[in-house]
Amino acid sequence: MKMKRLTFKKGIHPKEFKQITENLEIKEVPVPPKIIIPIRQHIGAPLNPVVKKGDRVKTGQIIADSEAFVSAPVHSSCTGIVKNIGDYPTPLSPSDTCIEIETEEKEEFDFDLNSNIDYKSLSKQEILKLIRKAGIVGMGGAAFPAAVKFTPPKDIHIDTVILNGCECEPYLTSDYRTMLEFPEKILEGLKIIMRAVGAERGIVGIEDNKPDAIEKMSHLADNESNINVQAVKTKYPQGAEKMLISALTGRRIPPGDLPFSIGVVVSNVGTAAAIYDAVVKNIPLYKRVLTITGEVLENPANLLVRVGTPFSFLFDYIGGFSDEVTKLILGGPMMGIAQFTPDVGITKATSGILVLGKRKVCKEFNCINCAECVNHCPMFLVPAKIVRFAKSEIWDKAEDYGAMNCIECGSCSYICPSNIPLVHWIRVAKSKITEIKKSSGK
Amino acid sequence: MENKFNLILESSPHFKTKMSTPQIMYVVILLLLPMCIAGVYFFGWAALIRILLSLVTALLTEFVFLKLRKKDISPVFDGSAAVTGILLALTLPPTLPLSDVVIGSVVAISIGKQLFGGLGYNIFNPALVGRAFLQAAFPVDMTTWVKPFYFNLDSITSATPLGGFKIDGVSTALNKLTLGNTGGCIGETSAILIIIAGIILILLKMADWKIPVSIIITVSVFAGILHLIDPVKYQDPLFYLFSGGLMLGAFFMATDMVSSPITPLGSIIFGVGIGIVVMVIRVFGGLPEGMMYSILFMNCFVPLLNRYTKPKIFGEV
Repeated sequence: MKMKRLTFKKGIHPKEFKQITENLEIKEVPVPPKIIIPIRQHIGAPLNPVVKKGDRVKTGQIIADSEAFVSAPVHSSCTGIVKNIGDYPTPLSPSDTCIEIETEEKEEFDFDLNSNIDYKSLSKQEILKLIRKAGIVGMGGAAFPAAVKFTPPKDIHIDTVILNGCECEPYLTSDYRTMLEFPEKILEGLKIIMRAVGAERGIVGIEDNKPDAIEKMSHLADNESNINVQAVKTKYPQGAEKMLISALTGRRIPPGDLPFSIGVVVSNVGTAAAIYDAVVKNIPLYKRVLTITGEVLENPANLLVRVGTPFSFLFDYIGGFSDEVTKLILGGPMMGIAQFTPDVGITKATSGILVLGKRKVCKEFNCINCAECVNHCPMFLVPAKIVRFAKSEIWDKAEDYGAMNCIECGSCSYICPSNIPLVHWIRVAKSKITEIKKSSGK
Repeated sequence: MENKFNLILESSPHFKTKMSTPQIMYVVILLLLPMCIAGVYFFGWAALIRILLSLVTALLTEFVFLKLRKKDISPVFDGSAAVTGILLALTLPPTLPLSDVVIGSVVAISIGKQLFGGLGYNIFNPALVGRAFLQAAFPVDMTTWVKPFYFNLDSITSATPLGGFKIDGVSTALNKLTLGNTGGCIGETSAILIIIAGIILILLKMADWKIPVSIIITVSVFAGILHLIDPVKYQDPLFYLFSGGLMLGAFFMATDMVSSPITPLGSIIFGVGIGIVVMVIRVFGGLPEGMMYSILFMNCFVPLLNRYTKPKIFGEV
């Protein structure tokens, strides 16, 4: 059967650069001598360390947790001694609380290595509890606690679970490799999520630049009457939650709402695999697959890495650089965060590390109203206008033009012939608007 | 390890297209070249001299004004002033006194562009500002036309197809109009060349197709209705489409990014407005041609159009 390619409106077609790593099998990285685990890895309430300096921790032991609902615990990713609890640079902040662990060679586990639970015997609540206990967060980049995501308000019925296998960011191939190498885990994970939220159907959306992933997943899903693997057009940002939902279901999330409001839950394929491990195998989220890539790397790779492994250890492990490095990015080139040091530990949501070499510096020109940003904004905003208001500090107008609805996908900045950092200015507007709202709310 | 890195910190995205604003301008210039060549073919060296003079004056004016405003002078070479200079020349009669050409070009860049703040800030199409000034200051020079291929320009005057029809009731054959073998401005006469270049411009996404399409449809409908009412008094739509500055205006002037709307619906209203105004001037007004005034008129509404045609945000009902 030939599948129809679904898609969303507008967006861009950046060069993919996926061929660098797409055919490389996932390789497990050895335990580094030192692990630095940031305790703030998710969106939500901050965690408190539950271990002390000098404590001996086992792999998979909870080392930071919170009573708050919107949170997910953090586990030790190795066996060793807590060397320090203090401020370190993290991928998300120049300085934040991290737990440094000196690793030991002999590994001990805090969970039962032989467990094999039949999730069908578990209730919704029990599944959600296991997901939270395992510290599962959205692994596509947002890092929203998964158990919270799967707990809709009482009066809302979720009918569809979407697994996001688009991986629309250029360069990244970690989800692709996960789909090729662990498709069963992903599919079982999807079924667990469907059970947890009580959804009737599941859809796996995969961009059509990954035909073998589509084939592998569809083949597996053949026997499942309520699961559908759907090819979507290769276009950025196809993997943005709102865009993917609209491509696959035709439903659009109203501005300011969550996918709940239209009966949908979206999860990354990597997260689904982690949920399978958490619920069936009882393994907490302490390792993840990431792509380490870029033209200036000697040996780009897809790696299975423990949370908290410093970037610098990974660079040494894969064999360093072939040319000068100018940018170190956590994530992909479109939405990733530039790092100021390689001495940060990876988080649960680190889907890739991108290393960029020398680039031509682009000069910024005046906006010429070319409307390219308007023509490519998947949220149908007028980025040029928002930016003009932001530059003039007219925040209420910036809000009128929908600044708060920007998903920061970067399509406008990418396409802008005048090289205006539009997303940067919209971010400024967003934080100002939030600030003003907060102060006027008091 | 630390010393090896000299990392750039920037917010995302870290990825850009290679297309830049000067590149857009230079492509526009490239696509204006066929019209320049046609102008020289029909009207001889006089046309070439005027194109070059207007171009050089525009660049010099840009340079002088940037110096006076104590700004970086690199925008002189971003191609935008060159586009203005060439576009202005293409809308001038081939016999226009050289002093007029210089004045028009200076006004276009100084009043039309730099006084508003330079590239990106002008409300009106700068080339048309220059032309409007010339039309007001030197009405006789600006309405003296010559027949093509008579290179001794002082002797043989001719009417433009629009002027000929309006004043003397003479119509012009369609094949002459499309090829450009008529009296008229340097770069406006060959509709077919303009359409080809314009379509390439649109395919390269450097002009918004909605603007020329809505202008052409509006003019066709407007003229079609009139022609059906009274075929003797009103020419058929093709005459109105292929005569005067309509095609050049629709494809290369109205689509000037800076002075046209940024929203999709705004662009359509803008084009429809230009179509209506140009036909009102041509049919009911005192002038044979109205493309310039109709574009300038609609330029005024661009900020308003942008404001009231804000697209609906994704998911908004």
